[in-house]
Amino acid sequence: MLDGRGSINRRLGARLWLSGIWLGIMAALALFAPMVSPHDPLAQDLFAGRLPPFWMSGSDPAYVLGTDSLGRDVLSRLFHGAQIAFSVALVAGLATALVGSLLGLLAGYMRGWVDIVISRLVDIWMAFPPVLFAILLIAVLGTGLTSIIIAIIVIDWTRFCRVVRAEAMNQSAMDYVASAVVAGRPRRDILWREILPNVLPTIVALLTLEMGIAVIVEAILSFVNLSISTDAPTWGGMIAEGRTSIHQAWWVLAFPLGVLFLTVLSFSQFGEGLKDRFDPVLR
Amino acid sequence: MSAFLTVNSLSAVLHGFDQRVLRSVSFSIDTGEVLGLVGESGAGKSMIGKAILGILPSAISIIEGEILLNGEDLQKMRPADRRRLVGATAALIPQDPLTALNPSRRIEPQITNRLVDILGWSKSDARVRAMELLNEVHIDSPERVMGSYPHELSGGMRQRVLIASAFAANPKLVIADEPTTALDVTVQKQILRLIRELQARHATAMVFVTHDLGVVSKVCQRLSVLYGGKIIENSRVPDFFKGPRHAYSRALLAATPKYTDPDASLLPVDDAVIEAVAAEVLAADKEWRHGA
Repeated sequence: MLDGRGSINRRLGARLWLSGIWLGIMAALALFAPMVSPHDPLAQDLFAGRLPPFWMSGSDPAYVLGTDSLGRDVLSRLFHGAQIAFSVALVAGLATALVGSLLGLLAGYMRGWVDIVISRLVDIWMAFPPVLFAILLIAVLGTGLTSIIIAIIVIDWTRFCRVVRAEAMNQSAMDYVASAVVAGRPRRDILWREILPNVLPTIVALLTLEMGIAVIVEAILSFVNLSISTDAPTWGGMIAEGRTSIHQAWWVLAFPLGVLFLTVLSFSQFGEGLKDRFDPVLR
Repeated sequence: MSAFLTVNSLSAVLHGFDQRVLRSVSFSIDTGEVLGLVGESGAGKSMIGKAILGILPSAISIIEGEILLNGEDLQKMRPADRRRLVGATAALIPQDPLTALNPSRRIEPQITNRLVDILGWSKSDARVRAMELLNEVHIDSPERVMGSYPHELSGGMRQRVLIASAFAANPKLVIADEPTTALDVTVQKQILRLIRELQARHATAMVFVTHDLGVVSKVCQRLSVLYGGKIIENSRVPDFFKGPRHAYSRALLAATPKYTDPDASLLPVDDAVIEAVAAEVLAADKEWRHGA
């Protein structure tokens, strides 16, 4: 089956499965991090500092991906970093989707003054540069996981709001909505049972995209030390640390960077794949 | 006996424009009667139907006139009451079967929703009724169709489903908004026959919006010709096809392709005729403004 962008089947296969497998593995590792980690992610061993990964000479089989300059196990820190990254992605992503989609649905369906108020609010909101906004919010809220999640919700709800509003407007103009109005069905019922199911694929695609963004934002904030405590094993913190010793121990930087990259990429590809899969017109 | 639906000098404007898009439209329909609304694109045919059902786009508002449904003035009712009354007595057969069914819901709830939620039927009664209706519109395997999604059905099947769903609650009034325009000719014929059959059986009053005079001759008893949102001729169908009174109607009738003579070249409506009818509409506008 072909559409304007190429074979749907091919895209479904590669995209959805590859990204899904990667996300599944990472999520499982995050969930069972304490059990699968060979070492305590915080335990330092200054005599075993900067050990290289297993395939290089001078490596210690106990530290599969080597150690950082304080002798902490890179692999265990990656797993525990995944735990932090995925909990932020899940909680912040879902909460952002909920707030933004709700406001977007109301604006797109009710129109009138509700739409005007919400849309202007979105315009004003989007005028702030997001990263500066985030740092400002963290400064006010204080560091910590909860603050990061709140910051992401406060900044990114506009992304959902805009897209969902447009989609809801689109769906509201369809004849099936007119038929429902003629049938005398209440507005609330039309919004939830007629319009929402058709906007849902868009929300799901945006949600996985948003989870990727949440992972990046968490990494950025921990990179500049505005996340949870400094020695906590976050990917951003590992990258910041690895950067200082890149000439002596590149692996401290390279592994968290690679994992971060693949995870964010997988989130966005997974979202696209899901959208194609569940779009009732393409299906 | 007074007519079931009466529209009295109904006028509507598009926001930000001086001109009216509906110009003092008046007509009435008795129970069991079919009225055709004919005109070219943009003449306001569909808008009249939408005004009656209360689904005009927000950019268009009614500035005067009354819509009497069974003696009650819809314009004077509270929106919630109006919705309830319209929902209980009227139904719409929409133009485009592709967008008129919700793509992400199965057929069954789309037919039974109104019965269960608005009219308070039990789920199983509504299901039985839906099956009956699908039988009535000659769908062979109603069981399968009820469990299908709209994209699994052909255009003709979807239009049948829409017709079934329009007649589900035994409406007294059906607005058919170009129900056959999006279908190909062979399916068109079946669908027209179906609509007529159901209309006659249920003795429904019907407004049939179309640009196809051939369709009007098959379905309607009376017709109104529209130009620029104004009714320029009201006729009984046999009289109209014997000889329309208005020059524009005559040109419209002459422009209809003849199946008996397929080689004849198509006759466009003459520019002079259009100018004349446009001038007539503007003159009526002037008169209306002085009166108002």
